[in-house]
Amino acid sequence: MTAALRFDPIRLPSECEQLRKEVRAFLAEEIAAGTFDPHKPNREDTDVPEFSRKVGARGWLGMTWPKKYGGHERSFLERYVVTEEMRVANAPTRRFFVADRQSGPVLLKYAPEHIKMEILPRICRGEICFAIGMSEPNSGSDLFAAKTRATKTDGGYLINGTKIWTSSAHIADYMIAIFRTSPPTKENRRHGLTQFLVKMKQPGIQVNPIGQITGQYEFNEVVFTDHFIPDDHVLGEIDGAWKQATSELAYERSGPERFLETYYVLTELVRAVGNNPDTRSAEGIGRLVAQVHTMRRMSVSVAGMLQAGKEPVVEASIVKDIGTIWEQQLPHRVRELAAFVEETAGNRETLEKQLDFAIKTAPKLTIQGGTTEVLRGIIARGLGLR
Amino acid sequence: MAESENIVAETAEKIFADLADAQTINRDNKGEWKAPLWQALSDAGLPLAWVPEDCGGSGASLAEGFSVLSAAGRFAVAVPLAETMLAGWLLAQAKIASPGGEMTVVPASPKDRITVNTDGSLSGRARGVPFAKVAKHFAVLASDAKANFSVALVDASRCRIESGLNLGGDPSDVVTLDKVQPVTIKPAPTGFDQARLMLMGGVARSLQIAGSLESMLDISVRYSNERVAFEKKISKFQAVQHNLARLAGESAAALAAATSAADAIANATAFNDEVFLEAVAAKIRCSEAAEKGGGIAHQVHGAIGFTIEHILHRYSLRALAWRDDFGSESYWAVELGKLVAQRGADELWPLVASR
Repeated sequence: MTAALRFDPIRLPSECEQLRKEVRAFLAEEIAAGTFDPHKPNREDTDVPEFSRKVGARGWLGMTWPKKYGGHERSFLERYVVTEEMRVANAPTRRFFVADRQSGPVLLKYAPEHIKMEILPRICRGEICFAIGMSEPNSGSDLFAAKTRATKTDGGYLINGTKIWTSSAHIADYMIAIFRTSPPTKENRRHGLTQFLVKMKQPGIQVNPIGQITGQYEFNEVVFTDHFIPDDHVLGEIDGAWKQATSELAYERSGPERFLETYYVLTELVRAVGNNPDTRSAEGIGRLVAQVHTMRRMSVSVAGMLQAGKEPVVEASIVKDIGTIWEQQLPHRVRELAAFVEETAGNRETLEKQLDFAIKTAPKLTIQGGTTEVLRGIIARGLGLR
Repeated sequence: MAESENIVAETAEKIFADLADAQTINRDNKGEWKAPLWQALSDAGLPLAWVPEDCGGSGASLAEGFSVLSAAGRFAVAVPLAETMLAGWLLAQAKIASPGGEMTVVPASPKDRITVNTDGSLSGRARGVPFAKVAKHFAVLASDAKANFSVALVDASRCRIESGLNLGGDPSDVVTLDKVQPVTIKPAPTGFDQARLMLMGGVARSLQIAGSLESMLDISVRYSNERVAFEKKISKFQAVQHNLARLAGESAAALAAATSAADAIANATAFNDEVFLEAVAAKIRCSEAAEKGGGIAHQVHGAIGFTIEHILHRYSLRALAWRDDFGSESYWAVELGKLVAQRGADELWPLVASR
């Protein structure tokens, strides 16, 4: 076979089931206490910073990290369970999710020891929020076209330029960003970018929120004007960020957040249809459930392979490709089936409101964190086509 | 996967590679490949893989048998291997020994019923029975007026068989039993019903579809790296790359769903909602993948893939045909939808996240 894909049928170990019970109980308590409303996915997550601290106090942030940095040395599969339960409950995870999934692991790998000791425990306590500074006005999917400059100066770098579409920058305490330290070379257009840890809310950084079609203000333009970053905030190799970006991608691309973003409309449809569905509704729901089950089994499989030390890069990209397309189409399929729901269904209004929001959310799902087109390019490379 | 699973699957794979090469079979108009293939499979004990040794089989585990079916799918094997395995498995449920030779299961659709008459004879009509015309014996699941299920071994020559062909050109026949006296009949184990048989068959078909998609991906990638158009390999066109990436996605989804379901059944302690979800989701998702993935494989191949000389149809048409056996994806989607509705909205996620 030229392109053998693997999706081992991973079964979650028993410790995951106990953990799942704990997470569900915690979420039920928080919902009962009014911390968040699971039926309202469209709230601004900035409203509930105390939720992050509670999650941290439970030991559910930095779960897989070393204990000396505040982590808990648990498995990726345990982290997986926490992530999916939070996602399905529409819990307000925005403040900590990026730090926990992505920024923390980057710091673990590339930050100097004193920075790790300073920052990682704070992530684990749910105290700080991270943003990722990748895209620029003329550099989105084409990451290596980034132009924002980091110019060497005494003791550090001066940053000038603009990042854009930066989620959570308006509430973030830190950003991990790539800046240009050298021009690209003829041989390697990816050369010349360096990864930095940026402390936000400092002189020389202006954050301008950008409204989204959902009505939320969740992403931003971030303008750097002679912003100073000290030398010890360089993450990894100068000019070599391109080598660092790819290895993390399998973790980032295959999690439950890649197919569950609009899941709530399916739950609400089942509620609206009731216990005795007609044939059309039953078939429609059955097909959707078969899809979400398959997506989850694929995603769990990749998590299990990662835990086992494998590098399922192509499989992870496939999970994101078909997972995001599925979650993008889901609200439209649910809308079609909702057309037959009785006017008297008790949750009709909730369902309609959720559908409005999910349908507005849908277009971004195949753009954020790597577009469908980029993912298919990666899959094609894995298949030996490029 | 344990080592022993690999050995059984490797044995099957080696036999298929030697005696079921798609190109060779496709050129053989007389079907001369069939007898040596079946002989080799039988010599290796594969058709009765799921039959315990004390019932005349080779006593392989469920997992080992499932991995044989994946391999059979990768070679689009057109002899009643899966059917005989299922028949042997069904007979073994009631501790009935399997005879040698080709077998199949009756019924092969959740909508057909075979009845046990008061005199112990069997009556009923089963449509779309795969390889019935080739089979020497049928493993029949039948129920009496009180819905007590029995398993019976039936001599095929005692039944009326109307020949048909499925989309892939393999036998798919109507079997009519008119007060047929079985060779042996025994009660099915407690709780064993027709849904169990259909879902086992459905998982077998899911693995075969997933296997055929793996091969379709493989030959499509290879073809795109050979075929030149507009002065370059078509694999260098982004549109073709993206189509193949989608085919990889469909193949991956089918593989994940089918192997997950097989694993769930192989390790099930009870036939509960979770196992039901695994099995029907596999059939639904693999059937959808057969359409979408097979369509892309054909698109990449262009006109040559539409010819009878090319091997692509051996995979693409069988994958489409297998959708229909043991309950189509539409049928199972309705059943799954009903189950989900009965459990209620707040019990959906716990079902999905059960393992």
